Amino acid sequence: MSVLTVLIVVLGAIFLVVGAWYVLTRKDLLVATIASSIISLILSVFFLILQAPDVALTEATVGVALTTIIFVVTIRNTKRMEE
Amino acid sequence: MSEELMQQILSISFYGASLALILIGVYGVLTKKNLIKILLSLTIVDSGVNLLFVSLGYIMNGTAPIFSPAIMDGKIEVLKTAPMVDPVPQALVLTAIVIGLGVTAVGLALVIRLFRHHNTTNIDEIRNLKW
Amino acid sequence: MKKIIIILLLAVIGYFLADIFFEIPFGEDSMVVSKEYLDKSPNDLHVANTVTSIVVNFRGFDTLGEVTVLFLASTAIGSILFRRRKVHTKLNPQRNAPHASRIVQISAKILFPLIVLLGAYVFIHGHLTPGGGFQGGVIIATGYLLLLVTYRKFSVSHSSLTWIEAIAGVTFAGIGVLGLILGKDFLENFLPVGTINNLFSGGIIGIIYVAVGFKVASELTGILDTMLSIKVDSEENEQN
Repeated sequence: MSVLTVLIVVLGAIFLVVGAWYVLTRKDLLVATIASSIISLILSVFFLILQAPDVALTEATVGVALTTIIFVVTIRNTKRMEE
Repeated sequence: MSEELMQQILSISFYGASLALILIGVYGVLTKKNLIKILLSLTIVDSGVNLLFVSLGYIMNGTAPIFSPAIMDGKIEVLKTAPMVDPVPQALVLTAIVIGLGVTAVGLALVIRLFRHHNTTNIDEIRNLKW
Repeated sequence: MKKIIIILLLAVIGYFLADIFFEIPFGEDSMVVSKEYLDKSPNDLHVANTVTSIVVNFRGFDTLGEVTVLFLASTAIGSILFRRRKVHTKLNPQRNAPHASRIVQISAKILFPLIVLLGAYVFIHGHLTPGGGFQGGVIIATGYLLLLVTYRKFSVSHSSLTWIEAIAGVTFAGIGVLGLILGKDFLENFLPVGTINNLFSGGIIGIIYVAVGFKVASELTGILDTMLSIKVDSEENEQN
């Protein structure tokens, strides 16, 4: 583990927490869904740093692609804004 | 930066991030009124638990649990130079991620169905309307 | 008032969870069972990727349950959203969606075979490189997703998906039962293990992961097709 990795991990942890809070507070559900897919992306980088390439591959495909598209389809069929 | 300090910082980052994700997700599940928001919070809790599991299995300066064989004296041998990280949490999390996708998909299908009946995704209004 | 109670509750939960977490030393060797797996996987089973050998061989029963849960999820989604689809059988499901642009259509055509090839590579080489049946299946489902969102007329045949799924599931369970017949345990390896790092190594792991890959790909494609072909009614769509 180099100093650069530690720096990436600290920045990523801050981004994760801020991103999760952003997902909860946004009224626009489409924006919140995209933010949650970015959380998944950071998480898959974390798994790669933690030496778990299998889990990183799964998280990248499932969390970023499929979960997001299912949420987007649901939002298209319901309301976009949260009241 | 010394090895000790690095380990401290990494420990606080990984454990703290997973703890924060779990707590933020539970807060969202308890306070939000919108069904889609509740499901988004559930996926956040899922991510936090997965991150916690994988970081529990990490070993400093370890490698991924994939062996690379080498030919020594005409015979194939398995090289093991560095310690390997714990593979069991990784296998469990692999299962958990795919199951989480299935659960989320079923939940969203139910949300679509509820929206057709009540024309809203707010749980308070659905409670007031009854079937 | 309610929020204050919830925050207090979460503070208590968080305090105790943090108390437990930070007791566990980060980055130190605390393996018990894994030592056995790390020793057996390359020496007995001749599998390079230990995670694969745990998922398919040592904890194979678990994986069978997981595949069953996915199958139940796809069936449940089909039955929950069934009524509306039956009413609109003759209509094109994505009638309201506009055509994707020509650039997107052509690139989807070029990218689709490459994505399917990548998925097949990932699940065939699951015991050698990172990846496996679940990842490969999800990648293939992503390829179909690309076609589903690009072409209005494209839709997958649900009966052939059901057949692929059934054959893959029967292969998985049948290999387990075959082990019982040959005098081993359920899902225990009964084929020759071969040389480590060869494509044909690890006995039944390769076969099972190919079956899991097909099964996951067909199930997720079915879920995506069901969810994308929901007809948005004009009267329900007014308030969007």
